[in-house]
Amino acid sequence: MSVRQKIAILVLSVIFAAALGAGVLAPKAYEAQFRDSPSAQPSRQFPLGTDELGRDRLSRLLYGSRVSLLLAPAAALLATALAAAAGASAALLGGWGERAFVTATDLSLSLPWLFALMTVRAMLPLDVAPGLSITITFLLLGLLGWAAPARVVRAAVASMRRSEFMLQARASGCSGFRLLLVHLVPNLKPVLFTQFLVAIPVFILSEANLGLLGLGVAEPMPSWGNLLRDLENLSELRVNLWLLAPVVLLAIVVTCFQLLVPSEDSAA
Amino acid sequence: MWMRAISRQICGLILTALLGGLAAATLVRLAPGFDVDERELDPRLSEASLQSVRTERAKERNLTSFYWNYLRRLAHGDLGISHSLRRPVAELLLERGPVTLRLAGWGLAGGWALGLSLAMAATTWKQGFVDFFSVSFASVFLCLPAAVIGLLALFSGVAPAWAIALIVFPKVFNYARGLLGKAYQAPHVLLARAKGLRGASILLRHVLPGTVPELLALAGVSVSMALSAAIPLEAVCDVPGIGQLAWQAALGRDLPVLVSLTLFLTLATRIANTTADLAISAVRIEES
Repeated sequence: MSVRQKIAILVLSVIFAAALGAGVLAPKAYEAQFRDSPSAQPSRQFPLGTDELGRDRLSRLLYGSRVSLLLAPAAALLATALAAAAGASAALLGGWGERAFVTATDLSLSLPWLFALMTVRAMLPLDVAPGLSITITFLLLGLLGWAAPARVVRAAVASMRRSEFMLQARASGCSGFRLLLVHLVPNLKPVLFTQFLVAIPVFILSEANLGLLGLGVAEPMPSWGNLLRDLENLSELRVNLWLLAPVVLLAIVVTCFQLLVPSEDSAA
Repeated sequence: MWMRAISRQICGLILTALLGGLAAATLVRLAPGFDVDERELDPRLSEASLQSVRTERAKERNLTSFYWNYLRRLAHGDLGISHSLRRPVAELLLERGPVTLRLAGWGLAGGWALGLSLAMAATTWKQGFVDFFSVSFASVFLCLPAAVIGLLALFSGVAPAWAIALIVFPKVFNYARGLLGKAYQAPHVLLARAKGLRGASILLRHVLPGTVPELLALAGVSVSMALSAAIPLEAVCDVPGIGQLAWQAALGRDLPVLVSLTLFLTLATRIANTTADLAISAVRIEES
């Protein structure tokens, strides 16, 4: 592991710890409205100020980080699991199964999936509960993000099928299922882990885009996406630079995840 | 042989677009809030008007019949009427399509110019300041959501096409940098270096030509990147293009517009990829 990756893990650990400890670290409840201090400047009471409804920005940032940091990896896990199942089955089945897989991934990759996500999210009932909106947003991210990693998995499994260790295992009488569990899956782990790491920042950024368009996690629940909506007030942004705090945090987290993805050089 | 390959690609293109439209219609139909219509909350509407809204909605409830009727009308060039904007969808696409294509086109040109030139500089002066600066510069834009880049462009008075360029450029840069870096290690390049070739001549004569197929593949993919980026960007920058229409249609649960836009965007993505594939085949044939 390189020094940059160690630093990335350290930074992510601190941010994860702060997000998980939001219940203890946040000075206020994320939905509490202090009607006498709307749009307040940073102070001892409100370290990052308040929004126009008088909600403490720091508390919302901490709780919002928890939502984004827990659910993006969960969605990435779902996408990777789907990719592993689809990609590996296609490579092992071959023939029509593989052709059907190629058509399905082609179709999925041709679809403008941010648009598809936006459409389905917009179709939710207007009075959708915040918890349900979070679940659906990240579930959709996980379900729609399978195609690109599945192609990688298929290529990896196809190359492993032709490899010498698999040939030797088959020659020594290893059965299909045992071959899969003992030889294929352990060798596929690094590929799957890389795809998982690649998917996390993609999903974090997608949720942020959706949130900024008003189609992400429903209020009053905070997420990085809906916290970024404060940036729409450009005149306020010119004088209150601390409004950039969610962007800065998001950029740090996405950069750290990108640093964790093993480069081709290090993989070799 | 060429005609056969082209006709196969065209068949694949049409099939993908049709399946894409069906996928969009299915996603929309299965969404839990499909039957909800905000117009039902409008106190100005009479019972008869509300009934007409419900009848209009009921026609879209059966997915198969909706899509079949849609395709039948599509064969005659009729894409239906937008529920939210009360205008023919074909007219909306013709009006807004060129805006998005122009925006994406300029953005792609800018993104490629910036990404490729920085990648060439970074691989020529590897491990130096140029490499460090360009990698850091690309990383900044790689970790920001497209909508935030759009807002920052608005904030600093930069044209939206530049925002698309800044969204596309880090991906072009990262890929091209890796590709050029590998090409510099190729035996024929090492030999050319050993013979004393340096700088631009080695890059233009020996490194770049070998990476053309991969760069063409990236060019195809970058079209879909630019079109995807145009959706949030047009929405936040108030650009009256396809992206803004997509956002408005999504918010207005406008099924005819959503299905047509999916067809349009899927078709644009596939055309770009198919063109890139054909260009790669042409380059490979010429090389061999």
